[in-house]
Amino acid sequence: MARAGRAPWLTLQRREAIEAWLFVSPTLIGFLIFFLGPLIAVVFYSVSEWNLLSGEQVFVGMANYHDALRENPDFWHVIRNSVIFAIGLVPLNMALALTLALALSRPFRGVVFFRTVFFAPVVTSAVAWAIVWKFLLQGEGGTVNALLGYVGIDGPNWLREPDWAMAAVIVTRVIKMVGLNMILYIAALQAIPRDYEEAARLEGASGWQIFRMVTWPLLAPATLIIMVITTIGSFKVFDHIYLMTGGGPENGTLVLAYYIYEQAFEFFNVGYASALAMIMFVIVLALTIVQLILRQKGAA
Amino acid sequence: MTQRGLERLKRAMWTLSLSVLAIPFVFPFLWMVSSGFKSATEIFGQPTLIPRVWRWTNFVEVFQYQPFAQQYFNSLYIACLVTVITLVLSSLAGYALARMRFAGAGLLMLFLVSALMVPEEVTIIPNFFLMRWLGLMDTHGPLVLLPVFGPHGVMATFLMRQYFVALPKELEEAGKMDGLSRIGIWWRIALPMSRPALAAVAIITFLFSWNLFLEPLVFVSSLEKFTLPLALSNFTDAYGLPLWHLQLAATSLAVVPILIVYLIAQRQIIESFAMSGVKG
Repeated sequence: MARAGRAPWLTLQRREAIEAWLFVSPTLIGFLIFFLGPLIAVVFYSVSEWNLLSGEQVFVGMANYHDALRENPDFWHVIRNSVIFAIGLVPLNMALALTLALALSRPFRGVVFFRTVFFAPVVTSAVAWAIVWKFLLQGEGGTVNALLGYVGIDGPNWLREPDWAMAAVIVTRVIKMVGLNMILYIAALQAIPRDYEEAARLEGASGWQIFRMVTWPLLAPATLIIMVITTIGSFKVFDHIYLMTGGGPENGTLVLAYYIYEQAFEFFNVGYASALAMIMFVIVLALTIVQLILRQKGAA
Repeated sequence: MTQRGLERLKRAMWTLSLSVLAIPFVFPFLWMVSSGFKSATEIFGQPTLIPRVWRWTNFVEVFQYQPFAQQYFNSLYIACLVTVITLVLSSLAGYALARMRFAGAGLLMLFLVSALMVPEEVTIIPNFFLMRWLGLMDTHGPLVLLPVFGPHGVMATFLMRQYFVALPKELEEAGKMDGLSRIGIWWRIALPMSRPALAAVAIITFLFSWNLFLEPLVFVSSLEKFTLPLALSNFTDAYGLPLWHLQLAATSLAVVPILIVYLIAQRQIIESFAMSGVKG
């Protein structure tokens, strides 16, 4: 071999590149097999009809999408429920998170205690949380109604009446997750320099004016991001629905994530469920792109 | 009233309103444990926080009704396994993305970012057929593979990368001078310096796996292979109605240890979630 005069093939740069690929390859290979592959596959599934018994697969074009968007009345009902869920959950979650963050972003006696309390449901399994609340919210003999009875209120059968069931799932989900947004808001609040507020106070601004004119505008980037994250999260809600209402009563809490699960794994409508999954993907993608754009603006 | 008195009153009002607001956050935990000690009949009587009769036998029956000890162990070992694998893989890939120069790094980053956008519900249908083809149905394989290689694993990789990028390079340079290989630098220098990030990844990964529900529901069918979340939803009588006293006793057994760890390490745990930021 004539090597003299030529640079060795394995330069330091090449060596570094090879090592780098070795470092990332376990993650990358697993990601290709268990994530990207399935993501591509679901596109093909969504334009096919499956016979699970024979394993036969037939190309049906946009029929599954047509089914969802035009034929099946369930679909728009489900989208409506998901939107109602998001509209109910996101403002409530964020208002509560911001209130708690404002109260708990400064040191005072008991601040650690309260932070710990409001964050505790976040580390608890959604299944356990949903089971306990289902127990508390029973119509007859339910603890919540028994307590309401003491003050003379005749509580409804929370999880068996469509409107109340939706409200109950939203509220219990907010209590479960609000701690997460609370700490994101606390971090954002602590990043605001104290001087701004001091200056406003010296000018004679009241507490509410300081919040309105100083704090709230400075929180805007955090608020936008938290809003998008929370909205995406609300579209993915599954555990709570599965355990508390099973999509009922009268499909009153049938939301998109649960509908996909039901169609795929209870009714085995694989093609239709895959089309639903694609629709969910597009919704979440759109929300994520909004988030990325907002983030870029926030950074600029 | 004096200025100080007014200030003190204001503070007391704040504390009082926070305490009232805290009720729905604390009450479910207390009620869960208390009801776990009640009999099936007392549970629906007059609501009392302290059980009239402490039924310790609930906690024995929980283990007789289904293989609850086995299910508990399943959750524990799967969560540990997922955590260890995620720590190794995410810190390796995160280190390469932060410190090493290679063609395609930017593209790879973009590629991985895309994973953060996709909910599990989107990929779980093809994964179902993939797991069936791999012969992994009704095993714990999917419960390890999907969290490690799904969006959660990618999130862990990013968290590690962000941390490595912010570390000073000098020590690593010195390690290179001393003749350490890349993997040696990663193991001996970069990892020990990134304990906070590793701890954060470990905490959120463990909880993610421990609380996982959709994947076990789809992939696991035998009782003795259930994980805790599945087992908890399974305490029903012959008519499919919940056996509340057993269910709540079992739920207490699943939740209370996590809560105790949380109360001890709350600062660290809350910080970990703040670091991961985008989760929700």
